[in-house]
Amino acid sequence: MSRVLVGVKRVIDYAVKIRVKPDKTGVVTDGVKHSMNPFDEIAVEEAVRMKEKKIASEVIAVSCGPAQAQETLRTALAMGADRAIHVEVAGAEYETLQPLHVAKILAKLSKDEKADIVIVGKQAIDDDSNQTAQMTAALLDWPQATFASKVEKSGDGLTVTREIDGGLEVIKTKLPAVVSADLRLNEPRYATLPNIMKAKKKPLKKVSVKDLGVDIAPRIKVLSVEDPPVRQAGSIVPDVDTLVAKLKEGGHV
Amino acid sequence: MIKSLASFVKLVNKNNVFLEQVRYASQALPQLSSEKYNIHRKDFGRIESSDVDYFRSVLGQDRVLTEESDVLPYNVDWIKNCRGQSKAVLKPKSTEEVSTILKYCNERKLAVCPQGGNTGLVGGSVPVFDEIVISFSLMNKIIDLDDLSGALVCEAGCVLENLDNYVRERGLIMPLDLGAKGTCHIGGNASTNAGGLRLLRYGNLHGSILGVEAVKADGTVIDCLRSLKKDNTGYHLKHLFIGSEGTLGLVTKVAIHCPVLPKSVNLGFFGVKNFENVLKLYKSAKSKLGEILSAFEMADFDSINFTAKNLKLPNPISDYPFYVLVETHGSEETHDGEKLTRFLTNEMESGLILDGTVTSEPAKMQTIWNLRESIAAAGLVGGYVFKYDVSIPLKNYYDLVPILKKRLGDKATKVFGYGHVGDGNIHINVTVPQYTKEVSSMLEPFIFEEVSKLNGSISAEHGIGFRKPKYIHYSKDQSALGLMKDLKQLMDPNGILNPYKVLPDHI
Repeated sequence: MSRVLVGVKRVIDYAVKIRVKPDKTGVVTDGVKHSMNPFDEIAVEEAVRMKEKKIASEVIAVSCGPAQAQETLRTALAMGADRAIHVEVAGAEYETLQPLHVAKILAKLSKDEKADIVIVGKQAIDDDSNQTAQMTAALLDWPQATFASKVEKSGDGLTVTREIDGGLEVIKTKLPAVVSADLRLNEPRYATLPNIMKAKKKPLKKVSVKDLGVDIAPRIKVLSVEDPPVRQAGSIVPDVDTLVAKLKEGGHV
Repeated sequence: MIKSLASFVKLVNKNNVFLEQVRYASQALPQLSSEKYNIHRKDFGRIESSDVDYFRSVLGQDRVLTEESDVLPYNVDWIKNCRGQSKAVLKPKSTEEVSTILKYCNERKLAVCPQGGNTGLVGGSVPVFDEIVISFSLMNKIIDLDDLSGALVCEAGCVLENLDNYVRERGLIMPLDLGAKGTCHIGGNASTNAGGLRLLRYGNLHGSILGVEAVKADGTVIDCLRSLKKDNTGYHLKHLFIGSEGTLGLVTKVAIHCPVLPKSVNLGFFGVKNFENVLKLYKSAKSKLGEILSAFEMADFDSINFTAKNLKLPNPISDYPFYVLVETHGSEETHDGEKLTRFLTNEMESGLILDGTVTSEPAKMQTIWNLRESIAAAGLVGGYVFKYDVSIPLKNYYDLVPILKKRLGDKATKVFGYGHVGDGNIHINVTVPQYTKEVSSMLEPFIFEEVSKLNGSISAEHGIGFRKPKYIHYSKDQSALGLMKDLKQLMDPNGILNPYKVLPDHI
């Protein structure tokens, strides 16, 4: 049986309206409701289902971030992860933390914890990078099965259905491997009350980046964060002729 | 990018129930109300081309709709229950225009039907015969918000959700919230004294509406639009326009008190063994959660499972005979969290809560609320639904559901009950493959007689509208009805405002 490491990121809840900071260095996060990245929730759900199907022996949730990342880990534990690792990254360091850094951390932890499968969401809804799974696989030199919409055990490895442009691709991979979860992989469960209570007592280990020996010096610099352009208001035209005339005027037909 | 993804996720979650409703509602046209309920047209004037010319001279070409296909949506209510035969829709943009229109209609004895978001459930918002529809959709300006007192002043056609978004950005919330918030208008909310999900915490509109501007049948503008919390100067006339469903005057502006935006919100969704335990849990929630309790809702097994199945929404927990939804609004997360944990631990141990989930994540809360709010629309999928909205003293709150199940037998697809336990208000829905007079006569007046026996109200929050005037006597004494009739006579002597609604012909 396999040990599964699942990466979870704390992001601004998708139901919250995003506001850009006045100095354009980022978005406002203070006093804003956060929750687990929805794609990571799908990853946790898949890992827990693997355990329920006896494909996995243990599910370890990992999150990199400030102290509040522990709330996200508790959610993963309440969903059914067995234990959690909080990699402490706070303040300015967290603001410049990139997928490459996270991939290095996940790769190191995968070795330390002797994981056979790493599952992460295909991307986080805050920075939309879609890089962590691929980079982790490269650093570990493991096969990768990204954009998974179905994961099945087959022989010693996995059969993974991938969402690709124009359809689905089915691949087989040996273990160990890195999987990234796409939207249709599953519908994550709600943590039930007994499990929420139990999660409070499950082990949660804190480690520092230094302990892991990972260099998280920034590689990129954010120049400016801007609001998307405001859509211009539409107008109602009285008849089809005017519509066609307007379209011609705008060079659309 | 963030925004596009968020909306994508939302789309997948099928959050937009009202879109679904519109789709279902468009499938077939209901029978004409006048035929379905055998109503006779009163002796009003009939709209002529000279009238249309006059309205166009006041409103311009675009704001007078007379094409049949343009007028149709205004003639039909969204639960496919009523259909009127109006020939014209007027869309005023100001109180003055409303006044001018009414003055003219009153002189010509042309009946009118005011319409907001047309989300009413008792046929009050659609015409019965050829009443001219006055749509408030273009009167949607926010006039003022005092962020210190919380007083919001706006026009009647503002959509509730837009107002809520507006005041939320300024640290406040609207004092009412209901499933139809994305469509309903504040003027309609005021005219129908809409209740909703948080009445338990923030009170009803007679309390939170500070002032009203309304136009009487003869075009007189009644200005009671003060934003004061206390104002004991003479008769409290604003109350005449709150809940009178457009029969005494048309509400054109409201001043409403907005409470502070809660910093900490939690939502729990629980499975409960029986209704007795629902009541015990309510008692416990009131004492253990105290001032942070903002909603206590219940739904029976069929309400939730029928909704989850029909609208393909996820049910966060497994099957239970009853479901309870508890929401808290507070100002401090740790304080609320501690209280909630104590409540949950106690009631899990006591067995009142069999299972459940609790969250403070906005997206998850939205999904759970969405399931609860969608129950109202679920019955419309592939059939017809008889809807009842009644207040019953809590100890008998759920009695009618099993009684109706037994009475109807296999004539009903489902009979389910859900509602605002905190307000003693239950919604009972009876779904059938299609409307039949037989089922209708088995339900009415039976259900109202039963409610009356239990000392309840035959209309808790939906109003009387077109559907219930003949049953109003089950809840109101002759003396009260007599005074209502006198008021109507005084304020609308020609009876042109929303006729066939609220008061029965013979009192």
